[in-house]
Amino acid sequence: MNKSVFFGALAFTGLAAAGASAATLEDVQARGTLNCGVTTGVPGFAEPDADGVWQGFDVAVCRAVAAAVLGDPNAVEFVPTTGKTRFTSLASGEIDMLARNTTWTFSRDTDLKFDFTGVNYYDGQGFMVPADLGVSSATELDGATVCIQTGTTTELNLADYFRVNDMSYEPVPIETGAEAVQQFLAGACDVYTTDRSALAAQRAGFENPDDYTILPEVVSKEPLGPLVRHGDSEWFDIVKWTLYALIAAEEYGVTQENVEQLASEATDNPEVNRLLGTEGELGAMIGLNQTWAKDAIAAVGNYGEIFSTNIGEETAIGLARGLNAQYTDGGLIYAPPFR
Amino acid sequence: MSDTHAESVAFVRKTEIPPAPPPVTETGAIKWVRENLFSGPFNTIMTLLGLYVVYWLLSGVIPWILNGTWEGSSIRDCREIIGDTGGGCFAVLGERWNQLLFGFEYPSELYWRPTLAFILLFVTVPQVLFISLPRKLLILTGLYPFLAYWLIWGGSILIPFFALVGLVLGYAAFTRAERINFAAGLAAFVVAAVVAWWLGGFLTAAAPNFLALEAVDSRNMGGFMLNLILGIVCVSLSLPLGIVLALGRQSRMPLIKYVCVVFIEFVRGVPLITLLFVANVVLAYFLPPGTNFDLILRVIIMITLFASAYIAEVIRGGLAALPKGQYEAADSLGLDYAQAMRLIILPQALKISIPGIVNVAVGLFKDTTLVSIISMFDLVGMIRGPILSSTDWVGVYWELWAAACVLFFVVCYGISQYSQWLERQLQTDHR
Repeated sequence: MNKSVFFGALAFTGLAAAGASAATLEDVQARGTLNCGVTTGVPGFAEPDADGVWQGFDVAVCRAVAAAVLGDPNAVEFVPTTGKTRFTSLASGEIDMLARNTTWTFSRDTDLKFDFTGVNYYDGQGFMVPADLGVSSATELDGATVCIQTGTTTELNLADYFRVNDMSYEPVPIETGAEAVQQFLAGACDVYTTDRSALAAQRAGFENPDDYTILPEVVSKEPLGPLVRHGDSEWFDIVKWTLYALIAAEEYGVTQENVEQLASEATDNPEVNRLLGTEGELGAMIGLNQTWAKDAIAAVGNYGEIFSTNIGEETAIGLARGLNAQYTDGGLIYAPPFR
Repeated sequence: MSDTHAESVAFVRKTEIPPAPPPVTETGAIKWVRENLFSGPFNTIMTLLGLYVVYWLLSGVIPWILNGTWEGSSIRDCREIIGDTGGGCFAVLGERWNQLLFGFEYPSELYWRPTLAFILLFVTVPQVLFISLPRKLLILTGLYPFLAYWLIWGGSILIPFFALVGLVLGYAAFTRAERINFAAGLAAFVVAAVVAWWLGGFLTAAAPNFLALEAVDSRNMGGFMLNLILGIVCVSLSLPLGIVLALGRQSRMPLIKYVCVVFIEFVRGVPLITLLFVANVVLAYFLPPGTNFDLILRVIIMITLFASAYIAEVIRGGLAALPKGQYEAADSLGLDYAQAMRLIILPQALKISIPGIVNVAVGLFKDTTLVSIISMFDLVGMIRGPILSSTDWVGVYWELWAAACVLFFVVCYGISQYSQWLERQLQTDHR
């Protein structure tokens, strides 16, 4: 290891960076790669596979943006961040966007000076109980012992929920999620509570997943979505509308399989035509080429396909669409018109 | 006995009784067991308890290893194969061994490069550690850091080559100018080295592919390789730095003395993890946007500073243990400060400090796992992050952590054994 070479390189990059502008899109295009912040690993949402390739529900958003901006879903530099380092990485410019199941809250949006570009997963806090406890609803949990992670919003939500429903409980505070699962399996508590997506993912790793039930009640709102820095509205628009393009594609029946065919010539549906660039000038309006949305959909599939390949009911994680169904199916997933 | 006659006695033995073997209970293994394990009610109870604990441990561990499976591609496969025999799911090690050792982003066709660098370590380090080997081999040791950098990071060989040339020229200039005084020597060193690096930079830019290996970014390093890189680099850098700090703290010049005191006390008063957070998070705010000051380098600097403060205090202990007569003897021989330190004081002080230095080195090596907190994928980071949170392997704890323990134990035990050997070699007093 030689320090001096590094220092020399540092000095040069420092000089080069002094002329950099605040326009994220230009930076990304000049660099040729998108720096996308992800988690260090959440089953189904972001995890490197055996070959070291990142896979998952949040990862697909990064790949879609890279495909839209650079035309290549693999031109992504994944920067793993922890809960502690994620916001500083984004604020300091180390990453261009953060797609890391981060809850959209007032203070993060305003005080921390970020912009949430939408919601790609509506999560909420839930409860898991052993099936032989014979409980079918959270309202029957009066007097239960509950395993919770300390210092999280789940702890506060839990207290609120039990107070509103006039029930009592005994908390078993635990430091990490993995530890909480071990305690729960060992019978140290009747109930384990955290976000429902995490409950499902962790249950998938149990020896006998069917012995445990996730109760139907959702006791908090946890809208998760990608976010960018304040102050670059063009980039914000690109990330936001790439996400909406994936959502709209599902609504209009555009899939990874038929997108090439639908984009080859104008179809009967003008909305699809505008989305895929065979009609109108939508690409030019956000500073990208005409096939931006087609590239994104061809790279990762539409929203429904991303959901079902990574966390849907066919996977080991087995999440139902629920709130994350299209609004036409009674869910909350809704894209504004492409016009 | 006076009225007893030989005739009135039926039998008188004329020969000596051959020595009988001692009773079974007073000999061999049984005696040892009686004396050591069952010598009283308390010890008997403790022995039985101990045996039970050993049985309990083995009855869990042995079936876990013997019934374990190396087949299967996910924890669900494993559970099917194992059934309820209590075996371990070692398939995760079989599938992810490369990620545990090299991280998940190091290109798999290049694994031979860090492996070769690791093997070369055993060729180049013994001449530093084992006194009996020929001194000339030290040249190899001097070349090793540059070679290892080239192998692990790749890129043109010109980069490490000119780094080496700069150092050599700097040293040559230093020896010339040192005759005037030390400060002039230092200045000459800096000037010569910087000029060489500057010229080298032009040449490297002109021929970026000269003898180039495929370059690998620092952020793609991971696994146990990262622990070894951090451990080896930081220990070797912090030892000289620690010696300088220890000597500086004893200096008679107030400025040097207080700079060293403040540095050591500050670093010792701060947890390593906060320094790592500074390296990872806070520095990003101070650097101009878009700069990518190599994260491994930042971490190496922080860990080195941290370890050097501890090593400085260990060596100061060694210096303080030397009788004052040693210093006076050096002065009375007419040696100057550098000679006195190099020939008389430090060899003795360092020998006294060996256990302490090794203690710091082993602790430091294990502390490198802290980088997992700042989202670097060292061995612990790999396990906690990507592997334990993959859909395939979520829930496999014991097998992975056992593998990490084995890897760390082998290295740390090796260091410890070496240091004890070294202490015996250097033992010159009569005990």
